[in-house]
Amino acid sequence: MRVANKFPKSSIRLGEIAFARSGDKGSSANVAIFATSKRNYQLLHLVLTAAVVERYFKPLGVGKVVRYEVPHLQAFNFILPDILAGGGSRSLRIDSQGKTLGQVILELKILVPKISQVKKRKR
Amino acid sequence: MMSQPLRIGNAQAFWGDSPDAPARLLMQQPHLDFLTLDYLAEVSLSILAIQRERDPSLGYARDFIEVVRTLLPFWQNGSKIRVVTNAGGLNPEGCARTCLDILRSARCDPLKVAVVAGDDVAAHLKGDARNPLFKHLESGKSLTTVADQLVTANAYLGAPAIAHALNAGASIVITGRVADPSLTVGPCMHHFGWKLENHDALAGATVAGHLIECGTQVTGGFSTDWLATPDPGNIGFPIAEVRADGSCVITKPPGTGGEVNERTVKEQLLYEIGDPGNYLSPDVTLSLLGIDLKTLGKDRVQVRGAKGRAATRTYKVSATYRDGFKAHAMLTIYGRDAVAKARRCGTAVFEKLKRIGVVFERSEIECLGTGACAPGVVSQGDEKFMETVLRLSVADSRHEAVERFTKEIAPLITSGPQGITGYTGGRPKVQSVFGYWPCLIEKKKTPPRFRILS
Repeated sequence: MRVANKFPKSSIRLGEIAFARSGDKGSSANVAIFATSKRNYQLLHLVLTAAVVERYFKPLGVGKVVRYEVPHLQAFNFILPDILAGGGSRSLRIDSQGKTLGQVILELKILVPKISQVKKRKR
Repeated sequence: MMSQPLRIGNAQAFWGDSPDAPARLLMQQPHLDFLTLDYLAEVSLSILAIQRERDPSLGYARDFIEVVRTLLPFWQNGSKIRVVTNAGGLNPEGCARTCLDILRSARCDPLKVAVVAGDDVAAHLKGDARNPLFKHLESGKSLTTVADQLVTANAYLGAPAIAHALNAGASIVITGRVADPSLTVGPCMHHFGWKLENHDALAGATVAGHLIECGTQVTGGFSTDWLATPDPGNIGFPIAEVRADGSCVITKPPGTGGEVNERTVKEQLLYEIGDPGNYLSPDVTLSLLGIDLKTLGKDRVQVRGAKGRAATRTYKVSATYRDGFKAHAMLTIYGRDAVAKARRCGTAVFEKLKRIGVVFERSEIECLGTGACAPGVVSQGDEKFMETVLRLSVADSRHEAVERFTKEIAPLITSGPQGITGYTGGRPKVQSVFGYWPCLIEKKKTPPRFRILS
């Protein structure tokens, strides 16, 4: 982060450099993030921390977020405890099973160093 | 020399999946070795428990019986396809009996039907609610808090009993609760003769099973790039070609829609996963961290590198308990200030009910179309919407309170704002709520067993 701070930054949508999938486990959910290149993985490794994801999902009542790294697949798996307000049959929310959380997190704005010339997704 | 891979398809990802998928997949791939059909989600068994209360001969996924009917012509014409399914739910025996009757009447009765039992651990939980293993896996709460409301408790059994049933010549293996990937691992253990000590092979087959258990979710369905996925109306169901070392190729029938590529496989690989370095299955504990994907051709992705170690000494148990009632109601509101009008409708309903003394333990007002799936996370500004679907929900331990709510929706047609519509489904239904209670049980407490029916 400190290194990146030296350079001018621009704001992009996470969905421009990553794809995602989410699902439920009881009242919790997971969302996996897949960087579109090795370089984007390294960038996300710095900026897409568990704390950032936890702050983003706070309005949904998420607990302590854990991030697992899967460098081989250029992926991260985030565990989102208690984000589903009961989950399954109990939750009253329209998305009781966390199906939309992948699309939700891809809207996250992240600051990336302008110098890195981040390659964006085509599809 | 490379031996032939075992070809395992999945044609049912959940109870409610496309009913003609199994016959279609078999038509497209006549030389498939196994069909796996998955019917059980986390709380499915509580739905089956209600059915069984009404009629003790039920308690299984009846959709499977219709699937068997569609497969009869294949067997009558000499197909060697074998089927492994958890459609048995709470009553594998009843499911298998019905299945056998159908096979007999179609003169397919040389086929053997097996049931796998031992997953029902409700008696264990009810009789020993203070057992620390029965604490809620996430919250750590004691089972004593819900023991009186317990409806079902089933252990996720593993692959060995399925393999034994196949070794005994079964063409159809019907289980209750088993770990979803074990539906694939069972046929592999049978075919390759693996033992529980073949950790890496079991790990590979578990990954294969995990990848295909959600059907079209690995062939382009549910993918981030779905809009670019070809021909979604004809999406193909997945096939895992598993080799003797446990590595596999994920593919789908030629000529079908959807796509299998490294992205679709990656997405499904981490679907509903916890720690990728420590994936617990009843057959093996495995790491996904070293998995390599390689594109071998169009719609063909090779998956290898899963690492296994000995499984834990416990099964995961998924239990359900009664947790009151709920109802959901929906109305469409169109026009200027649609969202403000919708919210006012919602609060008006709850104020009216409060005035007559009905206050709910839990309630929710949502304005669909405005980002209601993630309120407060992705905000868009209510003023700009000309249309929204108002969704009102309540939950309460009192059936009569929830029922009273269902009668206060229609009155909005005449008392609510101009531009309210969409009330076509009649009064909302009062639904039972089932809480989900994940916990553990020692494996030795509930040994799996299989039986060939005759």
